[in-house]
Amino acid sequence: MNSVISLTDIRRVFIMGDQQFEALKGVSFDVAAGEFVAIMGASGSGKSTCMNILGCLDRPTSGSYLLDGLDVGGMSSNQLADIRNNKLGFVFQGFNLLARTAAIENVELPLVYAGLHSKERRKKALTAMEQVGLTGKENNHSSQLSGGQQQRVAIARALVNNPAVILADEPTGNLDSSTSEEIMGVFSSLNKQGITIIMVTHEHDVAAHAGRQITFRDGLIISDSRKNPTAKTV
Amino acid sequence: MDFLQTLKIALRALRTNKMRSFLTMLGIIIGIAAVIAMMAVGTGASYVISQQIASIGSNIILVLPGSTTSGGLRTGSGGAQTLSSDDAKAIMAECPSVEYAAGTVRTAGQIVYGNMNWSSVIMGATPELFDIREWPVVSGRSISQQDVDGAVKVCLVGQTVADNLFGSADPVGNIIRIKKIPFTVIGVLDRKGQSPQGQDQDDAVFVPLRTAQRNLVRSQRTGVVSSIIVKAKSEQLIDKAESEIQALLNQRHRITNSKEPDFSTRNLSEILAVAEQSSKAMSLLLGAVASISLIVGGIGIMNIMLVSVTERTREIGIRMAIGAKKNDILLQFMTEAVLLTLLGGVIGIILGAGGATAVSRMLGWPTMISIQSITVAFFFSGAIGIFFGFYPAKKAAGLNPIDALRYE
Ligand SMILES: Nc1ncnc2c1ncn2[C@@H]1O[C@H](COP(=O)(O)OP(=O)(O)O)[C@@H](O)[C@H]1O
Ligand SMILES: [Mg+2]
Repeated sequence: MNSVISLTDIRRVFIMGDQQFEALKGVSFDVAAGEFVAIMGASGSGKSTCMNILGCLDRPTSGSYLLDGLDVGGMSSNQLADIRNNKLGFVFQGFNLLARTAAIENVELPLVYAGLHSKERRKKALTAMEQVGLTGKENNHSSQLSGGQQQRVAIARALVNNPAVILADEPTGNLDSSTSEEIMGVFSSLNKQGITIIMVTHEHDVAAHAGRQITFRDGLIISDSRKNPTAKTV
Repeated sequence: MDFLQTLKIALRALRTNKMRSFLTMLGIIIGIAAVIAMMAVGTGASYVISQQIASIGSNIILVLPGSTTSGGLRTGSGGAQTLSSDDAKAIMAECPSVEYAAGTVRTAGQIVYGNMNWSSVIMGATPELFDIREWPVVSGRSISQQDVDGAVKVCLVGQTVADNLFGSADPVGNIIRIKKIPFTVIGVLDRKGQSPQGQDQDDAVFVPLRTAQRNLVRSQRTGVVSSIIVKAKSEQLIDKAESEIQALLNQRHRITNSKEPDFSTRNLSEILAVAEQSSKAMSLLLGAVASISLIVGGIGIMNIMLVSVTERTREIGIRMAIGAKKNDILLQFMTEAVLLTLLGGVIGIILGAGGATAVSRMLGWPTMISIQSITVAFFFSGAIGIFFGFYPAKKAAGLNPIDALRYE
């Protein structure tokens, strides 16, 4: 099996003063290359906490996490920054684009931190923008783009550095249903090109685009099902 | 991440808040301008002082009649008639550290040429005086030993006197009346300018010492001089020469321990110290203004950078999530702070140089802005950016990316 992500018994305990709260109580799952996983669950069930750990923005209290075969647990914050830069792509609910900055420059940003030259950056960014159907909007600022377009810019930024996984935490949460469909179309087509996607969502029709659904409740996985088990072998 | 990109980001951040950036720089602008002005005034003043030293002559000791100035309210100083030409000759002959000694008398009076008249200082002098004061004639000849020995009625005129009595004509060979006595002008002295006390040194007429003693001043004894100007052999020997003179005159005037000396000595460095002190006070004042406004300006930079970090918390979170390392963020905010102070520094340098040029024009000094002081000011303003920008940048770099991304 070719696992891109392998979580084993991940726990995350938040300490607030003298109180403790265990947001993840032992989560284990693997994601194979090319999978499209939807993570579902009620609000507060630990989905975002799990995504932050997957995204190397947070460290688990215990458990092991292998990303693309690398043990992330013992890495320094600089090494994690590199991992985020070249193995992961993020898409957030609130788009999180830089204000007063052209779309293409937002897309180029990961490549800036990767140390690429401007010519190469521009070339890759243009390709990524084409992939999400934003050709012609390169020089628009966030304020000159619709919500759906902003999220496409964010997706282009996530995929520009050719990551092992794209992580999306409720990417359609701020969008109306028809725009959501559009964005899901973008994700689906990227997945068809072989990109691994893990996405958190509340909505079943959104989750229906994914080949696999993992459901959280109170910091534990309560179900892990494949829509079409014959499509991929585990 | 390459530095050009960091610079671009910093420039954009500054341009977003133009007015705020400018107001933030103001303290640095004023501080750096004061630094430049301070250095210009300092070098200008020391230039002027060294010019004045040159105008008086170097390594000078003055011997004055009467009691020492430290003796309290003794009005005798300068007015008593206790020094003589022989004292001057003895000093020159017997004190090994002395190069020249010249007795002079000094009076004031009316000088008439044709229908022109001018009131001026009249000095009786020996040839040594002009060696000591490094004061050549520009036309004619100087006073000779024969003029002194023979008490000849000849004179040298200073530039101011020449201008006022003769205009553009050459005074040499003409006869002027000093206190109604006719004197032949034998030479015109070079221009000297102002003394450290602000007197016009060119407003004077010089006659042979013995001529002056006999004809122009009244005294109880013959050969009385009103002061002796001494030149030590070198700067290192000034103090030695001064004590040699004191020992010699004590002996000649039969001064014992119980008797106060009837003369006093003063060296030029004491006189110039006063002038130096006032220019130092000016520099100190400017230095205080500079350091206060640089500190206040630096704190202003720190304050604005802290505000900027808070405002851009989300941006920092995005950058970190996308792969920015702590050092990238640190460098970004440091660059912004240093850019602010450097820009302020450059504006300050321009203003300070302009101000210093205006001041030196007003005072008639040469402009004294060195490349060195500009370089110092430039790097100093950069250093302020590094110093005061570090804490805010460190704060930005230390943010937790998850918290930063959630920040509203
Ligand atoms: N930084 C934190 N400090 C304390 N508690 C937290 C923190 N982050 C999340 N939690 C708690 O952990 C639980 C799971 O949160 P989260 O993963 O954000 O849920 P969701 O599934 O809605 O994304 C919630 O009860 C939340 O209050
Ligand atoms: Mg959540």
